[in-house]
Amino acid sequence: MIKKFINLYIEGFRNIGNTGKQLVGILFFKILIFFVIMKLLFFPNVLNKNYKTDEERADHVIEQLTTKIK
Amino acid sequence: MDELVSLVNWSRGQFALTAMYHWIFVPITLGLTIMIAIMLTRYYKTGNEEWKTMTKFWMKLFIINFVVGVATGIILEFEFGTNWSNYSWFVGDIFGAPLAIEGILAFFMEATFIAVMIFGWDRVSKKFHLVSTWLVAIGSNLSALWILIANAWMQYPAGTVFNPATARNEMINFWDVALSPVAVNKFLHATTSSYIVAALFVISVSSWYLLKKRNLFMAKKSMLIAAIFGLISSIMVIFTGDGSAYQVAQKQPMKLAAMEGLYQGKSQAGLVAIGILNPKKDITNDEKPYYFKIEIPYLLSFLSNRDINSFVPGIEDLIYGNEEHNILSAEEKMARGQVAIKTLQEYQKAKKSNDTANLTEISKKFDPNTKEGEHFLNNYFKYFGYGYLNDPIELVPNVALTFYSFHIMVSLGFLFILLFIIILLYVWRDTIEKKKFLLYLGLWSILFGFIASQMGWIVAEVGRQPWIIQDLMPTVAAVTHLSVSTVQTTFVLFAIIFTTLLIAELRIMFNQIRKGPDNFKK
Repeated sequence: MIKKFINLYIEGFRNIGNTGKQLVGILFFKILIFFVIMKLLFFPNVLNKNYKTDEERADHVIEQLTTKIK
Repeated sequence: MDELVSLVNWSRGQFALTAMYHWIFVPITLGLTIMIAIMLTRYYKTGNEEWKTMTKFWMKLFIINFVVGVATGIILEFEFGTNWSNYSWFVGDIFGAPLAIEGILAFFMEATFIAVMIFGWDRVSKKFHLVSTWLVAIGSNLSALWILIANAWMQYPAGTVFNPATARNEMINFWDVALSPVAVNKFLHATTSSYIVAALFVISVSSWYLLKKRNLFMAKKSMLIAAIFGLISSIMVIFTGDGSAYQVAQKQPMKLAAMEGLYQGKSQAGLVAIGILNPKKDITNDEKPYYFKIEIPYLLSFLSNRDINSFVPGIEDLIYGNEEHNILSAEEKMARGQVAIKTLQEYQKAKKSNDTANLTEISKKFDPNTKEGEHFLNNYFKYFGYGYLNDPIELVPNVALTFYSFHIMVSLGFLFILLFIIILLYVWRDTIEKKKFLLYLGLWSILFGFIASQMGWIVAEVGRQPWIIQDLMPTVAAVTHLSVSTVQTTFVLFAIIFTTLLIAELRIMFNQIRKGPDNFKK
């Protein structure tokens, strides 16, 4: 069953036409841009990056939330 | 403060750009999968090869849309972690749980069966292929369900309790979150209105074929399915829109007041059908709110409270308060919010100094099962977000943008109903290809569909400002303190990448439409 399913994918991708190839190209380009370039360079998870434990993260957020914005 | 406002505005602009771009693809995916499943069902039942070719053609357009649109939503999640880190932490698992369910259940269901749908022709049984296609339609709609539940919680935070030790909201009842009246209405309204956009997409492409006198069978049959699907969806949208507006009236009265440009609340309030706002009017002056308006008597009161005599609060009532109708003033709410923030501050101080007795005492205030907790949560923490505001005027959203977006959306919605009915009539009489004006209207209707759909989100998101979480957290407290230039850089980067992707999609899509379905009779 699993083999049949995998074959469906392999054969399917083997037989895609030019438009299909273009689309697969766009898909890989997007994944590269979104997950490699954007996520790593521009969109780090600020709290995970700057604080090691959940307690530190919680303390930081509480500090931010309890400092009145001027 | 100026820099903070600039940071919030750029961060909001970036989020809006990403969300609006993402929402170009979503409505077509949600509705087109259902229409494809209907066409495939027709093929399964009749064995007519023309239905098969037609299904394959729309499936191709669906795949183009799906591939270009897929994963654009993930950028929104990146932005939560980077630009809205305080918010991201504060919401805790409320956002995480629905998104995880979306990833595990709906996305995998969609991803698995989409392969069978695309590659399964003549490779799996007809029945399994049909079932898979329906499962793709159900899966894509389920994907939308979870993210809309998360969005609904931001509009009406139900089923959770705030834990001061972790600074996070914790889910106490999954069903209160998932089946809150706001979530149910939001899901139904967003999906049914998306079906209309998808129906207009099919009508638009079919109109082009009819104008070119090509692929007449496919174009007429597709138009018939799209017009019926669009009309049924439009009727559903009237009910789901009414349900959504009722929830807005109950949970976000300021948004409703902005949608209607209602400054002074009144009983037996009429609904503005058409109107032009006076741009000079704001809450600080006595200018007339409208240059011109046509109202439907009593309708706003009825839609808001199911009672034609009921009182609908205006912007002034919500800012200055209205004792007669038990509406607290913004200043009172701000004072209570400040008490809530101060209590959290005291909790943190006690925690840091290991003052166990004080910590236990303050903890009771955050526990809904204690008497102190019930009192504090209902009278003070409920207004937590108001404590961040400096001026009550900050509570008023952009009235003109909310008002016009709402009225354009509703007006277009009714025009679409008319369009679907007229198209159905002429397809039924088999004279549609002679109605050039109608075909041109059909061709361009998709643009108006997108406008209406995006306007709906503008009403929902601009209308609830300044809140990122209604009453609990304003955007100004949620934003990460990055430099404005960093956000500007990513904004421009997004604009370039998204525009490139959109151009790529349109080129591939137009090319495919020009080629038309394979082996199809002219």
